[in-house]
Amino acid sequence: MGAIANTGNKGKGIRSDCFVTLELTDQGGIHLQVESKVEVMYGDSIRKEALDILEFFGIKNANLTIEDSGALSLVLAARLEAAIKKLIPGDTCFLPAILAENQYTTAKDRNRFSRLYLPGNSPSLMINAGIHKPDGIILDLEDAVAPDKKDEARYLVRNALCGIDYYGAERMVRINQGERGITDLEFIIPYNVNLILLPKCEKPEQVHAVNDQIRKIQHDQRINKPVWIMPIIESALGVINAYQIASCAENVVSLAIGLEDYTADLGTRRTAEGTESFFARSMVVNAARAAGIQPIDSVFSDVGDMEGLRQNVIRSKALGFDGMGCIHPRQIVVIHESFAPTPDEIEKAKKIVFAFHKATEQGLGVVALGTKMIDPPVVKRALNTINLALKMNKLAENWRESYEQI
Amino acid sequence: MNKFDKLVTNAAGRIVPTVVNGKPAIPYMGVGKYKPDGFRAAPKLSSCADFPADGNKVVPDLKEALIRAGLRDGMTISTHHHFRNGDLVATQIFDIAHELGIKDLMWYPSASFPCHEPMTKYLEDGTINHIEGSMNGALGRFTSNGKMKGLGVLRSHGGRYQAVQDGEVHIDIAVIAAPTADPFGDANGVNGSAACGPLGFALADSQYADKVIVVTDNLIPFPCLPWQINGNYVDYVVVLDKIGIPEKIVSGTTEITKSPDRLLLAEWSAKFCDEAGLIYDGFSFQAGAGGTALSIGIYFSEILRERKWKARFARGGSNKYLVKMLEEGLVEYILDGQTFDLDGVQSMRDNPNHTWTSPFTSYNYHSKGNFSSMVDIVILGATEVDVNFNANVVTHSDGYLLHGIGGWQNTLFGKCVILPIPLFRDRMPVIRDQVTTICGPGELIDVIVTERGIAINPLRTDLIEKMKNSSLPIKTIEELKDEAEKICGVPAKPKFTDEVVAVVKWVDGTVLDSIWKVKETSDK
Repeated sequence: MGAIANTGNKGKGIRSDCFVTLELTDQGGIHLQVESKVEVMYGDSIRKEALDILEFFGIKNANLTIEDSGALSLVLAARLEAAIKKLIPGDTCFLPAILAENQYTTAKDRNRFSRLYLPGNSPSLMINAGIHKPDGIILDLEDAVAPDKKDEARYLVRNALCGIDYYGAERMVRINQGERGITDLEFIIPYNVNLILLPKCEKPEQVHAVNDQIRKIQHDQRINKPVWIMPIIESALGVINAYQIASCAENVVSLAIGLEDYTADLGTRRTAEGTESFFARSMVVNAARAAGIQPIDSVFSDVGDMEGLRQNVIRSKALGFDGMGCIHPRQIVVIHESFAPTPDEIEKAKKIVFAFHKATEQGLGVVALGTKMIDPPVVKRALNTINLALKMNKLAENWRESYEQI
Repeated sequence: MNKFDKLVTNAAGRIVPTVVNGKPAIPYMGVGKYKPDGFRAAPKLSSCADFPADGNKVVPDLKEALIRAGLRDGMTISTHHHFRNGDLVATQIFDIAHELGIKDLMWYPSASFPCHEPMTKYLEDGTINHIEGSMNGALGRFTSNGKMKGLGVLRSHGGRYQAVQDGEVHIDIAVIAAPTADPFGDANGVNGSAACGPLGFALADSQYADKVIVVTDNLIPFPCLPWQINGNYVDYVVVLDKIGIPEKIVSGTTEITKSPDRLLLAEWSAKFCDEAGLIYDGFSFQAGAGGTALSIGIYFSEILRERKWKARFARGGSNKYLVKMLEEGLVEYILDGQTFDLDGVQSMRDNPNHTWTSPFTSYNYHSKGNFSSMVDIVILGATEVDVNFNANVVTHSDGYLLHGIGGWQNTLFGKCVILPIPLFRDRMPVIRDQVTTICGPGELIDVIVTERGIAINPLRTDLIEKMKNSSLPIKTIEELKDEAEKICGVPAKPKFTDEVVAVVKWVDGTVLDSIWKVKETSDK
């Protein structure tokens, strides 16, 4: 009997995944057993793919069993490679092709209203995440993955970055804390991840360590694409150091707060009113604004309570946050709607922006509405509101033409 | 007798037998092409002289009733499926037949459910020769493996009524499980512990069968009102302790979906209807039981409420969500074919605007019109759709028969038929080059809504025009198919033998497609 490795998932409720049992043997060639829910349609292709991967890794003798519940090819490949690496560690990778449509980069100041957390070891939730149009998707290697599944999740997340189309959402990964997080980067930086979420961030050194490793990988692989960082403040020390963290590197684009861990660190409980985290939230908003980046709020955990979520987002927006995390796709719409400028805000902004353009055209240095002077920061906020309204299809591109006719 | 014979290619391009269980069958000719000739079938005349003047038709037990009804080899026995997976009556009939050594019966249910799996042993031992109606789950698998002696025949709810009315199927003994009945045989489904709503699926059986047995666990003195089934058709009444399991009859499993992907399909479907101008004050819609269809009702409600509009009627299955729409005044009438929960049953009992229907009023194609073509919006499911918009509801992409047709075929005659379906299910693409089995011709299917785009049937130039500037992702069906295959890979086709195991009838009784015996794969 040789060593045996298991990866993946099986059993009731498991979909779009497979469970791999690999045993390396000394002789007798490859014994492959496939039991698949989609045998008729994909049985032959699963067998071929499995044999190709074994051959790629130079495995000539093995017993391989695949219990498949409709895994896509890139999922099967991730499971099998993870099993192989458990028995034969090495640097060679069996990569799915990177989709041409996954090669996009994202702007530093793009909207980050919603970011959808996807457990890094659950393929069924990853495949359709993009259709719900979050601003960002987070493939989570940290808390959403069981400790003994953290290694295999890396292969799945890597293959998802290559082969799953998220339709323009910012492609984010939450890495683990500490050394494991630094190693996680090898599995994501070469595959066009747009943003790294850095959990439990308490000091700038953590950001620098991640950046050093990103630079090293990018240099080795001759990659030159921006990788943004969103540190998550989840502790009292993190809150105290928030500004240092927010301003420690060019590629830190937003600062998020994680309230579950933070309240635990304070020795209190998270409540719906959030009095216990008011200070921390305000600190994060202030630190981010002072550093010129986006402050991002924590997730709202009750996925059934849409009204509660709506109220939460409205409070969050009022505190100064620019976005929040979500843990269920149905939260996305509510978050977008609530962060979006209200019709009232848009109307006011239109008046100001219109007056601003008119003043500029007439070469006037001062913007006025009737007899009232408008301060430059008010104009700036109105411009932001209009841009946001345009981006979110709440306002027609040519609104000024029709506005003039009124 | 040949199970099937004389294969031809029909107007849908499918190879079908023209002899089914020894009797001639007409191949499908196209939508509205086959026009029947002749007269309705007629049951034998009876005389009041042969029935008790006091109206008491109660006999001691089901066995006695079946013997008195003349149960013998080769007969056709019908049952209805208003009790869904909580039915305790159908299998008892065949237990008795088995005990009496009767062979070669034809079971003619309006649908079958997992609770009917015990029928496989009677199919195996020859008590039952074959099933005409639906073969779900285990019965479907049994059929697909070629183990059923006779040829299975799948019909829609309307097609079932039509087949009886036309004399294509002659029911020897109808057994009608009734939640409440009187000794004369009047019966309804709205009262009693097994209350299920209407009894419409048993209407043809009561009108046309030679012998009619009403089975109840709630016998009340004459008169049983309302009388959805008239005692004047009934020969015998049997009282049992329990005819159904209430929690499986009105299971309440038909809840609004929580799946974000399905909610998206529902949202887009409703949005499509709105943008295409299909929703208006006084419109009508088919109410489905699936989670996605229910969610669409929620979106319809929002639109109606906001504009202060009403739907004139909803037809189909009812449950608490539809009842709420009725009570809120968002829908004026429910024309109910089957009821899925107790809220629905209660509403049917108490609200005069919530009425029961039957396959005769709603679906029978050999009739002077029916309700189905008057419905504005019809939202349905499918296991597969092909690039010509043909759709399948009975077999899966692995070739196995797993579902019945239900009212699906009949409702295709609505003014706009929309299928919200995921582009793939666990790596199984739903849009194929060719469906495994055609149940609905593409010309009747207008819109496919998937989570990655919406395809409009090119025949519906009016809808294409209306949706030209839509914010919804309108794509061609080929684009959707390519997208699915890019994600899942190109699926292989199931392998079949050249043996027909069942046929799919079209609403007019012609043979639309064949279901073939699945070739066992060597690895399994």
